[in-house]
Amino acid sequence: MLKKLFLISLTISPLFFFGQEQDWGEVHGDFNFSGQTYTEDPSINAAKVDEFFLANAYSNLRFSKGNFTAGIRYESYLNALQDFDTRFNGNGIPYRFAQYTVNGLDVTVGNFYDQLGNGLIFRSYEEKNLGIDNAMDGVRLKYSPVAGMFLKGFVGTQRFFFEQGPGIIRGVDAELNFKGLFSFLSESKTNLILGGSFVSRFQQDEEPAYELPENVSAYATRTTISRGKVTFNSEYAYKINDPKGGSSGSNFAPGNALVSSLSFSQKGLGIILEGHRVDNMDFRSDRSATGKELTLSFIPALTKQHVYTLAAFYPFATQPDGELGFQGEVNYTFKKKSSLGGKYGTRLTVNYSRVNALNGGSSVLNGITEENHTPMFFSVKNETLFFSDFNVEFKKKLSKKVKFTLNYVDMIYNKDVIQGKNYGKDIHARIGIIDLTYKLKPKHSIRTELQYLSADKSEAYDQDQGDWMMALIEYTISPNWFFAVADQYNGGYADQEAIHYFNVNCGYTKGANRFEFGYGKKREGIFCVGGVCKQVPSSNGLTLTVTSSF
Amino acid sequence: MKRLLLLLTFFATTQVAFSQNRSLPKVDLKTMDNTSTSTAAFDNDGKPIVISFWATWCKPCVKELNTIAEEYEDWVEETGVKIIAVSIDDSRNMSKVKPKVNAEMWEYEIYCDPNRDFARAMGVSSVPHTFLLNADKEIIWQHKGYVDGDEIELYEKIEELVE
Repeated sequence: MLKKLFLISLTISPLFFFGQEQDWGEVHGDFNFSGQTYTEDPSINAAKVDEFFLANAYSNLRFSKGNFTAGIRYESYLNALQDFDTRFNGNGIPYRFAQYTVNGLDVTVGNFYDQLGNGLIFRSYEEKNLGIDNAMDGVRLKYSPVAGMFLKGFVGTQRFFFEQGPGIIRGVDAELNFKGLFSFLSESKTNLILGGSFVSRFQQDEEPAYELPENVSAYATRTTISRGKVTFNSEYAYKINDPKGGSSGSNFAPGNALVSSLSFSQKGLGIILEGHRVDNMDFRSDRSATGKELTLSFIPALTKQHVYTLAAFYPFATQPDGELGFQGEVNYTFKKKSSLGGKYGTRLTVNYSRVNALNGGSSVLNGITEENHTPMFFSVKNETLFFSDFNVEFKKKLSKKVKFTLNYVDMIYNKDVIQGKNYGKDIHARIGIIDLTYKLKPKHSIRTELQYLSADKSEAYDQDQGDWMMALIEYTISPNWFFAVADQYNGGYADQEAIHYFNVNCGYTKGANRFEFGYGKKREGIFCVGGVCKQVPSSNGLTLTVTSSF
Repeated sequence: MKRLLLLLTFFATTQVAFSQNRSLPKVDLKTMDNTSTSTAAFDNDGKPIVISFWATWCKPCVKELNTIAEEYEDWVEETGVKIIAVSIDDSRNMSKVKPKVNAEMWEYEIYCDPNRDFARAMGVSSVPHTFLLNADKEIIWQHKGYVDGDEIELYEKIEELVE
């Protein structure tokens, strides 16, 4: 018996031994599922969905061992949720890669995401909730020959749903960090970072009427200067002419963009000023692509990213054809025990942003309505306003049990430009928000949000959908549960009937697993509940979300 | 026989322990001043590390980091823990990270992950998402989302590690 056991253990133990001695590598991943039922509801323009139930899911699996990593993503759209493009259709593995690092050289083959500088001429990224995934498929090298110097180069095509876009994209980037390069600067308070990038797209000219450039290049230079409390960051990008072809696309003007930010901050105070000027910078891996698809340039809106539902009612989107925008923000903490600070300190944020058209319109007008049009560099007065937003946030903890946030937003929204409508008037909305949390027990809290959006009804403005109000009550039990009830109500406008958008949500989180159920009518917008924010479409039905990672 | 059984159990248990290991992926990151760095630089002299993914626009994230900030001094004193807060703000808000962190008076180590390479490698699909690392910088616990009181469980897990 003993002998037998010994024999068995002899045969088994080497297996165990190898398990420890030899590193078999690791496999990790995550899973994400969102499904929803759709009930036709003409009162909120929720269309009939033939499938009744729609579902998106994906799972990333990554294997790593030492300096080697490989991974895949399986995606499933059966069929895609209503707020997703229907070209996300069926199942597939649109993402797979292998990567290794050896002596400072990083080699990736297959799919990759990357960003050069601020992304003005190249950003390949994913934003799953918004249905954006413009991953590259090709090869990429990253190399750091000496400390403080970073080189990057890649060739690839870009993802287009379950296919690839027609353009071949080539890019290089170099960055120098002076603190890393020169050892005598290592103790210095000042640092300088310089970077430069070049991206070129090859796409065949199949247009008989025009001679379109087949190789379209763009370059960008950037710098970051920081000294203690002050940081300055700037990037300038230039793109050669990239006419789209077709009936409307004979614009042979080059494009350019400049983005800068200057910040000052110390304990309790943060100030930032930002500006950008964009002219004819819609750069894509397919010259004729539109919408969210096949974008190379990434020029985000220079406005506050609101998260409260009604403050996010009229979100601005950058007009890559041309705009001039500014933003300033001050964050200040009133110290504890000061008159405004109270026992726990008080936080105040003031933010202002304003975006207008370039003088006389952008260079996109070249060859369309004007022969040679180059807008002047800087002009604010008398230019078409795209968007402006003044907002204040006041955050205070009153006691161990009670804390609250007050928000006030005053924004003007040019619907014609942002949504391509033809109202002839802007929308002017003022929004007030109270967010109050009461701690019942250390792990039990009740939170309530009250929001009101008031549309300016004067002649000068379009009142759009009139006034909105919203109330939310959320009960949370840490670390596992949340329950929420919310209602959005529009008192009726024009000939529309008053509608309640009522919904309930509950969620269960345990470690890396999260389950969430919801039921009710949803209006399009950003919805935040139970600790997570996401974009939701207008619909009526039951939702189920499962996320997990291991 | 007893010895054999002992040996067997030893191997079996070490095997299980090994298979639970999850090491920190090596990914490039930026500091708040745009300097390139890597997660390989994360270190806390063999004491626990908490990695918290957040964003300037994410209310629950800011709430979590503010709540912990009130107790952070005690946490460090009692357990030696270090909190690394990784912002997933893209270039729309990345330059706001430094003023925000300073205004909130957070004493955390801060990094930026503007194209979400680190978040992707860690399986982070939404923020906040918090990870706890042991002395060997292996991920031993994680939690998605934040509601009031979640910091209590996190601190319990940190205490378990140092005991």
